[in-house]
Amino acid sequence: MLAFIFRRLLSSALVLFCVVSVTVLLSFVMKGGPFDREKPPPEHIQKALLARYKLSGNTWERYTSYMSDLVRGDLRVSFRYRDWTVAEVLAQKLPNSLKLGAVAFLIASIGGVLLGSVAALKRDQLLDWSAMFGALLLISVPTFITGPCLIAVFGLWLKVLPVGGWGRWEHVILPACCLAGPYLAYVARLMRNSLIEVMKSEFMRTARAKGVSDTQALARHAMKVAILPVVTFLGPLAANLLTGSMVVETVFNISGAGTVFVNSLQNRDYFLLVGAVAVYCALVILFNFIVDVLYGFLDKRIKVYG
Amino acid sequence: MADPASRFAGARPDGWALLKRNRPAMISLAFVVLIGVASLVVPWLMPADLKETSSATFLPPLATHASGAIHLCGTDVNGQDLFYRLLTGARVSLGIGILGAIISLLIGTAYGMVAGFLGGRVDAAMMRFVDVIYSVPRLLFIMVFISALDSYLKLGLDNTRLWAQAQHWVWLERSTAGLLPYSKLLVMVVSLGLVEWLTMARIVRGQVLVLREMAFVTASRAMGQGTFTILRRHLLPNLSTIILTYLTLTIPAVILDESFLSFLGLGIEDPAASWGSLLKDGAQVINPLESKWWLLAFPAVLMSISLLALNFLGDGLRDAFDPKSAD
Repeated sequence: MLAFIFRRLLSSALVLFCVVSVTVLLSFVMKGGPFDREKPPPEHIQKALLARYKLSGNTWERYTSYMSDLVRGDLRVSFRYRDWTVAEVLAQKLPNSLKLGAVAFLIASIGGVLLGSVAALKRDQLLDWSAMFGALLLISVPTFITGPCLIAVFGLWLKVLPVGGWGRWEHVILPACCLAGPYLAYVARLMRNSLIEVMKSEFMRTARAKGVSDTQALARHAMKVAILPVVTFLGPLAANLLTGSMVVETVFNISGAGTVFVNSLQNRDYFLLVGAVAVYCALVILFNFIVDVLYGFLDKRIKVYG
Repeated sequence: MADPASRFAGARPDGWALLKRNRPAMISLAFVVLIGVASLVVPWLMPADLKETSSATFLPPLATHASGAIHLCGTDVNGQDLFYRLLTGARVSLGIGILGAIISLLIGTAYGMVAGFLGGRVDAAMMRFVDVIYSVPRLLFIMVFISALDSYLKLGLDNTRLWAQAQHWVWLERSTAGLLPYSKLLVMVVSLGLVEWLTMARIVRGQVLVLREMAFVTASRAMGQGTFTILRRHLLPNLSTIILTYLTLTIPAVILDESFLSFLGLGIEDPAASWGSLLKDGAQVINPLESKWWLLAFPAVLMSISLLALNFLGDGLRDAFDPKSAD
C-alpha cells in the first residue's frame, strides 16, 4: 500500500509538471502581449518592461526561469492587477470558487447517490422514470440556462433566496445547485445502474437466503459495492466542477477564480493565467490522489498498479 | 427482420428492431433530423433582406419587416432576424458536434482497439493515461489552446488570402476570406475532438477485450491473418453499433462544451453564431426594465430540446445495442 501511495504521488507530480509546462509554453507562443496598446511604447521601454517582468530572452529561457520560480513557490506578479502578485489575486478569489465547488460537490455526490438509489429500488415505476427523465434533462440543459431559470423561480417568483450577491451562506445555495445539477444527474444514473446490477448478484441472493432483511442487505452489502463506480467518478467530478464553475460564476456574478482565469486569458495576463491553471490542476490532482488512495482501501478486490 | 425462432432460442432481438420500438428515441431521431434539415434548407429559402443587419433592433416576435415578411422570433441587437440566426446557429452547433464527435471517434476507436488487443502492460499503461486525462480539467486547456492557436491560424489564412489575391486566384481568395470568421471554429472542433475521445476509448477497449477471446479471432489468427487485418476485418464490424452509440452520445457533449466556450466569450465570434454565442448575446442585453425575453427564450428552448433529443437517441441506441454497459 505504501509503495502504491508513493508511486501515485510521483505520477501525480509528473502530471502536474506536464500540465503546467504545456500551459506555460502555450501562453508564451500566444499572439498579442500584455503591453500591446494602440500605440506601442518605444523600443527601449518595451525592453525595460520585459526585463522587469522577467520576460526577456527566448522561449526556452523564459520557460526555465518561470519554472524555477514556480518550484520555489513564486507565482510572480499580475500585469493587469497592478501591484498585486498572482498569489495574492488567487488567495483572494480562490476561496469563493472553492466554497462554491465544495457545496456543489456535496450536493452532486450525496444527492446523486440518494436519487440513484431510490430510482434503482423503484425500478421501472413512475418514480424511477421521472427521476431518470429529470436526470437526462439536467444533463442536456447547460448551466447558463438553468442558472437564470433558478434565479427567476426562487429569487424573483418565490422570493425565498437572494437573486445575487455573495457573502452569506444563502448566497451559495442557488449557484451551487446550478453547478451541481448535471453532475448530480450523472451520479444518479451511475448509481442507479450500478445498484441494479448489484441487486442481481449472487451474494445478495445469499444474504436474503440466510435471512438478512431487505434494508439490512441493502445497507450492509449492496451499497458498499454499488457505490464504487461513484467513487471512481469523484476525481473527474472535481475537475468538471472547477471548469463548470467558470460559467456559473459568470451567470451569478461571483468574483471567483474562474472569472479571473477567463479574464486573464482575454487580457493575456500570462502569469495570472499560468498561476490559475497551476493552482487549479494542483488541487484537482491532489483530490484525485486522495480518491485513488481511498479507492484502494474501499475495494480490496482491485489490484492497484501505478 | 428478426427470425421469431431465434427469440425462443434465447437470443436477443435485433438491436434495430428494439430501437424502432423505443418511441422517445424515434421521436428524438425525427426531431434531430428535422432541425438538421431545416438549418440547412430554410436559411436558403428566406428573403435576403431579412438576413441583413438593419436599424430595426429588438423587434418582438411576429413583428413585420419593412418588406412585409414576418420576423418569426423577433430581431436581435443588430436588427438581424433571430429565426435566421437560430437556424445558422443550429448549423454551426450541430456541425461542431458532429465533426468533433467524428474526430473523437477516430482517435478513441484506434486507441481503444490497440489497447484492448495488445493487452497486458501496454493496455494498463494506455488506460492509466486515459484515467489521468480524465481527471484533469480539460476545458481549461482547450481555452488556452484556442487562444494560443487561433491567432496563428488567422494569420495563416490571411497570408494565404493575400497570396491568392496576388496570384489572382479568385476562388482561393474568396474561400479563405470566407473561412476567416470561422477560424476559431476550426481550432475549436479539432481541440474538442482531441479531448472527448476518452469515453469512446474506454468502451471500445472493453469490448475488444471481450471480442478478442472469441473463437473467430483465434480462427482467423490460425489462418495466418495479421493483427491489423484482424482488427479491421473482424473486430471493427463487431464494434460498429457500439461506436455509433457513443458517437451519438458524444455529439451533445461536444455541443455543450462549445456552448460553454462561446458563452464565456472564448468561442464563436460574430458574424458566425452558435446557440452558445446567441445565448451570450441575449444575456448581455437583458435588463429588468425592458424584458427582451425572446433573445434568451428561443435559443435556450431550441438548444435544450435538441440536446435532450440527442441524449435520448443515444440512450435508446445504448439500450438497444449495449444494454450491459449503461453509463
